[in-house]
Amino acid sequence: MTRVYVPGDAAAVSAGADEVAQALAATPGVHVVRTGSRGMLWLEPLVEIESPHERARVGVAGVTADNALAALDVATGARPASQTRGAAYLGVVDEHPWLARQTRVTTARLGIVDPASEDDYARLGGWRGLARALTLSPDQVVEQVVASGLRGRGGAGFPTGLKWRTVAATPADRRFVCANADEGDSGTFADRMLMEGDPFALLEGLAIAGHAVGAADGLIYVRSEYPHAVAALRRAIEAARAAGRIGPDAFGPGHGFEVHLRVGAGAYICGEETSMLASLEGRRGEVRAKPPIPAVAGLFGRPTIVNNVLTLAAVPTILAEGPEGYAAHGAGRSRGTQVFQLAGNVAHGGLVEAGFGITLRELVEDIGGGTRSGRPVRAVQVGGPLGGYVPADRMDVPLTYEAMAEAGFMLGHGGVVVFDDTVDLARMARFAMEFCAAESCGKCTPCRIGSQRGVETIDRIISGMDRAADLALLQDLCTTMERGSLCAMGGLTPMPVRSALAHFPEDFGLPRSAGAR
Amino acid sequence: MVDSSRTDVVRDIAEAYAAQLGPLLPVLHAVQERFGWIARTDVEVVADVLNLSMADVHGVVSFYHDFRTAPPPAQLVSLCRGEACQAVGAEGLVAEVRCELAGRPANDIELAEVFCLGNCALGPSGTVDGRLYGRLTSDRVADLLRAGDRP
Repeated sequence: MTRVYVPGDAAAVSAGADEVAQALAATPGVHVVRTGSRGMLWLEPLVEIESPHERARVGVAGVTADNALAALDVATGARPASQTRGAAYLGVVDEHPWLARQTRVTTARLGIVDPASEDDYARLGGWRGLARALTLSPDQVVEQVVASGLRGRGGAGFPTGLKWRTVAATPADRRFVCANADEGDSGTFADRMLMEGDPFALLEGLAIAGHAVGAADGLIYVRSEYPHAVAALRRAIEAARAAGRIGPDAFGPGHGFEVHLRVGAGAYICGEETSMLASLEGRRGEVRAKPPIPAVAGLFGRPTIVNNVLTLAAVPTILAEGPEGYAAHGAGRSRGTQVFQLAGNVAHGGLVEAGFGITLRELVEDIGGGTRSGRPVRAVQVGGPLGGYVPADRMDVPLTYEAMAEAGFMLGHGGVVVFDDTVDLARMARFAMEFCAAESCGKCTPCRIGSQRGVETIDRIISGMDRAADLALLQDLCTTMERGSLCAMGGLTPMPVRSALAHFPEDFGLPRSAGAR
Repeated sequence: MVDSSRTDVVRDIAEAYAAQLGPLLPVLHAVQERFGWIARTDVEVVADVLNLSMADVHGVVSFYHDFRTAPPPAQLVSLCRGEACQAVGAEGLVAEVRCELAGRPANDIELAEVFCLGNCALGPSGTVDGRLYGRLTSDRVADLLRAGDRP
C-alpha cells in the first residue's frame, strides 16, 4: 500500500485537491491521507508520497485529477520525471529551497501530520508541552511563557505571559481561555492553515493556558468563512476527548478541561476581542470601551485570556523545549518567529515562518519571487486592511513590531499583500474607508460616520473639485478617527489612507513633492 | 400562517442548545442550516426558549451578515473584494460577473461581495454554492454556475 498525502487545506481544495484525492483513492494499492498544506500555495495541489529511494517524502506540484496517476508514477520512480503530464516533480519536499530557508517552529508539523489523527500528532512531538506543563505549577507555566518573550500574534503584540499573569491573579469563581480564530484580515490565512493542518496544536495550547490560569473551559471562535477549519477542529476535539487529553479528568482526577467550538456569523469586527466576547455570549458583536480589560472582566464578566490561534499554537513548543529556545529566534523585543503570509499579486504566495527581523524585501522578492503578473512591485500592504501601504523603495524595513512602528507602519498579523504598478492607491484608500463603513459595529461615531464621510471626501479629492480643502478635511477626519474610536477598526483605518497619501500622492492628483518622502 | 411543524423543529433545536455557554449563535446557525433562512416566527420561538426578548434575538439576527431573513436564492456566488484579491483583479471580476448576471431573476442567482475567504495567495477567490475556488475568471464562474445548475 502506497501512502499518498493530498492536502485537505482549503486553498489546496480551491485549486482542485479534492478531485485529485478522489482520483487517487480510486486507484488500487493507494491509501490517501489528507494532510494540511506545506504552505507553498502556488504549487497546489501538491501531492506527496513516501519515497522508498529517498527515505523521505517527495512531492509533485500542480496535480490534477487527469495527471494524478502519472504524477504518482513519477514520484515512485516508475516513470521518468519528464513525463508528469503537466505536473512538476519537486524531489524531496523538505529540501525545497522555499521551505528550507524558513524557520518552522509553530508550523513545523504543517502539511506533514495527519490532522485527523491524535496518534500521529503524539508521534510527531505533540502533547509534550501539555505533559510538561502539568508537572509544573500554574504560576511556573505562566513564567515560562513570560520568559519566552511571546507576544500576541493577532496583531497587537501584547506580551502573552503578562496577560496570563493578570488573568491568574484576578480573583474569580471561574475563568476562561478563548482562542480568537476570527481571522478576517485580507491577506491573512495562517490561523486557518494551522487549524486545518495541525488542529491539535491549538487544542494543546488552549489546554496549557487553561492549566496556567485555572480555567476549566476553553472556547474557540472561528469565522464562518472557514468551514474546513471548523470541520478539522470538530474532529480534533472529539479525538482529543476520546484520548482523554481534554474532558472531565484532563488535568488529573476531577480537574477537567472542556473545549467549546463556536462559529462566527460573518462579522469582521468580531476579531476585536471585546466584540468577540460579546458574540460568544450570544449578543451583537459590538465592541466596548476598555478598561476593564478582558483579562480582568471578559467572558460573562470573568477573567479571560483572549489569544490568537498562532499565539496559543506557539505555547506547546515553548513548554516542551523550554522558553530559551523560542526566545533565541527573532530580533530586539520581537522574540520568536512570525508566521508571515505572502498574498495578493505575488508569484510564490503562501505561508512563511521566519524569525522576526527578516526584511520585507527578502519576503516579497526573494521568497515571494516578485509579482505574479511579472510587473514591478509598487506597494505592499502589511498587517491587513488596517495596515499601511509600504512603497517598493521602503521594503528594506526589518519586520519587527518596533521597526515597523518606527517606519509608520504596523506588522499586525503578518499578512503581506503585494500590488504591482497598476494599483491605484487613491482607490485603495477609498476602499479602506468603504470597508470600515461596511464592517463597523456602529457603536462609536468616529468609526461609523467617519468612515462614510471618508469615502465621500476621498471621492471629492479624486474628482479634484477643491482638493486642498478636502485633503485638510481628510487629515482632520483621520485624526478624529484615530483618537476618538473605541477600537482598532476605526482607530487604524486611517493608517492605509494616510500611508497612501504620504507615499503615493500622485494617485490623488497631487505632485510627488506633496508626499512625506 | 404559522407553520406548526417548523415551529416545533425550531423549538427542538433551541432546546437542544439551551444549556450551552452562549447558545444564541449556535441556535441561529442550526435554524438557518435546517431551513436556509430565519423567519420572524423562528425569532419568536428562539426568544421564548432562551428566555430572551424578541428584540435581543432580532438584534443579533440583523447584526451578522450570515443570517438571512428571506429564503436563499437557488444559487449563490460570493466573490472576494479583499485587498489581496483586488491586487489580482477582483474588482474587474466582480463587475464582469455582475454584468453577466444582470437580468436574471433575483431568486435565481445571487451575487454577494465578501471580504476575505482566507485564500489570499490564490486570488481572485470566491465561492459558488458554498464551495471555495481560487484564481477565478468570469468564464470559470459561468462554468461553475452552469455545472451547479444541472438537476
